[in-house]
Amino acid sequence: MEARKMWTITSMMVIVLAGACGGNGGDTDVAPAAEPEAPAAMALDPATAGNITGTINLEGTAPEAEVIRMNSDPVCAGERPDNPRTEYYVVGDDGSLHNVFVYVKAGLEGHSFPTPSEPVILNQDGCTYLPHVFGIQVDQTLHVINNDPTLHNIHATPMLNDEFNTGQPIEGMTYEREFTEVEVMVPFKCDVHGWMNSYVGVLDHPYFSVSGDGGAFNINTLPPGDYVIEAWHEMLGAQTQNITIAEGETAEISFTFTIS
Amino acid sequence: MIWLHRFTLILASSTLLLLVVGGLVTSTESGLAVPDWPNTYGYFMFSFPLSQMVGGIFYEHGHRLIASMVGFMTIILVVWTWLVDPRRWMRRLGAIALVTVIMQGTLGGITVLYYLPAPISIAHAGLAEIFFCLTVSIALFTSSGWLAGYSDAGRQNSAAHKDLTLSRLAVTTTVLIYLQILVGAAMRHTDAGLAIPDFPLAFGHLIPPSWSWKIGVHFTHRVGALFVVFAVLATALHVLVHHRTKKELIQPAGCLILLVIVQFTLGALTVLSGKHVGVNTSHLGVGALLFVTSVVLTLRINHTRLTMTSTQETAGFDASTTASSHSSLGANR
Repeated sequence: MEARKMWTITSMMVIVLAGACGGNGGDTDVAPAAEPEAPAAMALDPATAGNITGTINLEGTAPEAEVIRMNSDPVCAGERPDNPRTEYYVVGDDGSLHNVFVYVKAGLEGHSFPTPSEPVILNQDGCTYLPHVFGIQVDQTLHVINNDPTLHNIHATPMLNDEFNTGQPIEGMTYEREFTEVEVMVPFKCDVHGWMNSYVGVLDHPYFSVSGDGGAFNINTLPPGDYVIEAWHEMLGAQTQNITIAEGETAEISFTFTIS
Repeated sequence: MIWLHRFTLILASSTLLLLVVGGLVTSTESGLAVPDWPNTYGYFMFSFPLSQMVGGIFYEHGHRLIASMVGFMTIILVVWTWLVDPRRWMRRLGAIALVTVIMQGTLGGITVLYYLPAPISIAHAGLAEIFFCLTVSIALFTSSGWLAGYSDAGRQNSAAHKDLTLSRLAVTTTVLIYLQILVGAAMRHTDAGLAIPDFPLAFGHLIPPSWSWKIGVHFTHRVGALFVVFAVLATALHVLVHHRTKKELIQPAGCLILLVIVQFTLGALTVLSGKHVGVNTSHLGVGALLFVTSVVLTLRINHTRLTMTSTQETAGFDASTTASSHSSLGANR
């Protein structure tokens, strides 16, 4: 009798677990809640719009970038005879810091901006992500393309948006995805090739930039007003500054990250 | 029965390999290198090209292949036990092992499909150790020594099963090791392995000056290690002092002392090496060996008590079946 009871309980546990396994991540047929009224679209007057330009600098000496060992996948090793290096710190000879995501953190509340129809492209090329840091708007389509003759998985690990992990076993495959929530930043990684990582900043407006050569960045056609600007770096964290943009003004702002 | 025993040894060894490769999956952060389950990048698991087992896929897909092999072997074990072993409880044990390995595979699939949620991953790790324990126990129960009752000259003078202190020490040690393994699994799956980056101190102090969930789990594992070392030494020394004539106890007791020293050292080196993949995975493997060695010692200590119970149960079994095909079990019955 005891044995039969044990078998019954064990069978039920297996069935329950198998059922849970076949689930689709918790999707249910619940009627959608009434959506809050969308804020008014900001009427942008090009004649009065201003710009922000600036540079990102690094004070101190960054750890030397290491050569990425790609020999766990012979295809990657063959694709990259140039021995690419890690991109945790990309620093110019002049001390400028690249791959810093700069964006308007506050000052645009109460306004909405149209979602661009053109997709943002994230390439997997030579077993690295290109670009390493980039921005996208909420609901804008992201195309993740496998340009390598090997397989990749695209694993995003956001905190606010839905996590996803999908495979691209064939060269040329494109995966399309949108983000539904503002989130700075969403990390991407490839679990097949542990050295591959990338970050995307998801915003509900188009006012963002990523520092490039000379640590330079530009945020253009910004309506006049008071703003909080944040600069984010994957290893050094974030800094903010307040700035006021007058009509037609191009304001300059610089950030300096310090490494001890 | 001898061939069944040999088969169970292969199964237990394969399970240890499975555990170690599972450890490699987490140590190399390859748990999601294959995003789908039970397929692999859309392929039926066994038809996935070996040439594409690169990077993290090598560990994750390799883990799945070994797991499938272990599952298949467990099915064979159940059938084989049913055919040749007259002990009803052994047949049940085989069936429990099969249910366990099915649940284990299902947990593995769930943890992949839901992006490695810590509770599921910890349960996967905990159940893996239980399954390993089952395979080792089945191997022990089919061994000639167990079936013969470990008859040796000193047996009459040092009946271990009457030594309640030893029995309690051994059970306590086994439970402590398992709890320690669970805390270790929690540490591994919540990325708390380096939450306290120095050793033997914690941030330069005996007690961490600040606390978080990760620091708490990590520190618990360190304190747990001290309890385990103390319990293992107490059990092993008790055997060495009071049951030195019993070879079947002396051997696992000696192994326990050796393993706990190695395991403690590997734990320290895991922190000091910044979670080196080899060291970290060895720590998991030796931990599993420590656990099953303690299980074996505990079972051998209680051999007489367990076999008396099983003999009473087996008495109801069809005597004609057992007498005709399983004469080797006569000593046990």
